[in-house]
Amino acid sequence: MKKILFAVALCLGVAGVLAADNPVQLNAAGASFPYPIYSKWFDEYHKLHPEVQINYQSIGSGGGIRQLIARTVDFGASDGPMTDQQLQQAGFKILHFPTVLGAAVPMYNVAGAPDSLKFTQKALAGIFLGTITRWNDPEIANANPGVSLPANDIVVVHRSDGSGTTYIWTDFLSKVSDEWKNKVGTNSSVNWPVGLGGKGSEGVSGLVKQTPNSIGYVELIYALQNNIPFGVVQNASGTFVKASLAGVSEAAASVAKNMPDDFRVSITNAPGKTAYPISSFTWLLIPAQIQDAGKREIIKGFLKWMLTDGQGYCEGLYYSKLPAPVVAKETKAISLIQ
Amino acid sequence: MEATTTTVGPAGTGWHPQALVRRLRNGDAIAHTVTLIFAASILLITVLLVSQLWIHSAPSRAKFGWNFLHTSTWDPVFDNYGALPFLYGTVVTTLVSLVIAVPLGLGAAIFLAELAPPKLSAGLSYVIDLLAAVPSVIYGLLAIFTLVPFMSKTVEPFLKKTLGDLPFFKGPTYGVGFLTAGLVLSVMIVPFIVSVSREVLLSVPADQREAALSLGATRWETTWKVVVPYARSGIMGSVFLSMARALGETMAVTMVIGNTPQISASLFSPGYTIAAVIANEFTEATGDMYLSALIELGLVLFLLTFILNGVAQLMIMLSERRGGGGQRG
Repeated sequence: MKKILFAVALCLGVAGVLAADNPVQLNAAGASFPYPIYSKWFDEYHKLHPEVQINYQSIGSGGGIRQLIARTVDFGASDGPMTDQQLQQAGFKILHFPTVLGAAVPMYNVAGAPDSLKFTQKALAGIFLGTITRWNDPEIANANPGVSLPANDIVVVHRSDGSGTTYIWTDFLSKVSDEWKNKVGTNSSVNWPVGLGGKGSEGVSGLVKQTPNSIGYVELIYALQNNIPFGVVQNASGTFVKASLAGVSEAAASVAKNMPDDFRVSITNAPGKTAYPISSFTWLLIPAQIQDAGKREIIKGFLKWMLTDGQGYCEGLYYSKLPAPVVAKETKAISLIQ
Repeated sequence: MEATTTTVGPAGTGWHPQALVRRLRNGDAIAHTVTLIFAASILLITVLLVSQLWIHSAPSRAKFGWNFLHTSTWDPVFDNYGALPFLYGTVVTTLVSLVIAVPLGLGAAIFLAELAPPKLSAGLSYVIDLLAAVPSVIYGLLAIFTLVPFMSKTVEPFLKKTLGDLPFFKGPTYGVGFLTAGLVLSVMIVPFIVSVSREVLLSVPADQREAALSLGATRWETTWKVVVPYARSGIMGSVFLSMARALGETMAVTMVIGNTPQISASLFSPGYTIAAVIANEFTEATGDMYLSALIELGLVLFLLTFILNGVAQLMIMLSERRGGGGQRG
């Protein structure tokens, strides 16, 4: 009996000590693509402001949007902007704040092909639509003079799980191919005309590595971290661009002039000369009206820090930074949070 | 004086206050009530689960009705959903896994229960039970790195060469597909079949075996014609238990099935199962109709399992009636 009482007293005492700090806790949930950098940011911000604790759960963009609309989290995160229908469903105003940039790159497994195989926009659309079926098709061969491609059938590999990477890829294909736009469309999960599905970037790269004559797409971060050779894509201005952190930021910079005020924009197939065409923002979704003054100030403070010091952590984790014009526009938009 | 008098209520009703108190002090009544509550709560959880699936799949059911069960499109962009490829994949992979696992598992159980020396039997049983403890994700990872290349380079071309005339072994050999998924599932369900069948076979009374042997049956004849039929209902129970596991298996299947919603007779072709598609698409499903369609898929899987288990119970009941296992005159 004494032992039980002692244990209970100990637990209460520890709980009391832990509660004594009384930090402000914010809850957030959403996209899994930026989870590594978000968790780094929230951790660093907590070190700078020990009374602030932001708890982020990477349950996926869909989950993040749903939880935000249900107001079970203070803010959300998504790889794709919310649709008009979702914003209407929310019933309250939600602001979008781009945080970092990501990109998708084509990876392939063809005997005899060089490391940086060139793909025109039509080639990628045709391959994923199933209209281009062999590797030695003129659309691919003409872009790669001097390379002898086999006459084998192309095995297409795509993501089976819903993901922001698929969203970027299908968004790009919708822009460069009307047939894709009408037949398949843009979403984090689509009705693929052809191909095998791999779970996660690991699944896709595993399948591509093991299946001869295959092509798939993975996140740029994944390809860089795992030293996977990937192809070169032709951008809107006709240049073949190999994806790089700088090229991705350039995609955002080249559309910054015409960017809508709510930041809900797709930057795939950007016009810049060195822009990588399959890039995208990822957004934080913040309610425009936050009742709790303490939470409001914390969120505003975090956003300001994220746009300045926070961007410094991007490179180390292979994310692309926001270009300066976008940062400036966002800094102004922070004042919209009341 | 008064404290010791108790009025006895009419026999059988027990609602008289003092009689009730006396009944409550009786341990049997408490045990009866408490265990009743436990059983009822499990039933309640099942009912709540199904009702939640029913309620949240309402938009999808309203839009598609019965068409959901026999259309093949799965299009999240244009909100057009049909469950047929997933139903097909679930049933095919489960069937393939049972075809491989039942003979294997039953044979192993017979060996361990009847023919092996006791020490070997106990040791091997322990190892086989360990197989059941391996998480399914591990099976999936092992499969994708070792089994899939082996299938695509060795097994599937061999099957294609020898049995290529059959519709089951046609088409390109990617390595991922119904056959590989069925194979992985069979490895996962074999331990259940072995351990339960072994227990059931061991519990067959010795007098049955002795009677057969005394009538001149060989060891194998005793095992196959007397012991196994006696344990038939237990063995069938273990098979249906593993079937239920195979129907719902998610992670290992999604890694090796190719995740393509298509219906094809060939076992080499990639496919999709209900559990795999829900696991893959649920977190990122943004539209209401999309989410509702996925939940309806969950409801379909639940009903499929329910029906198959019902059939299983029926078959076990019929086999018991026909004879074998239990006390019969």
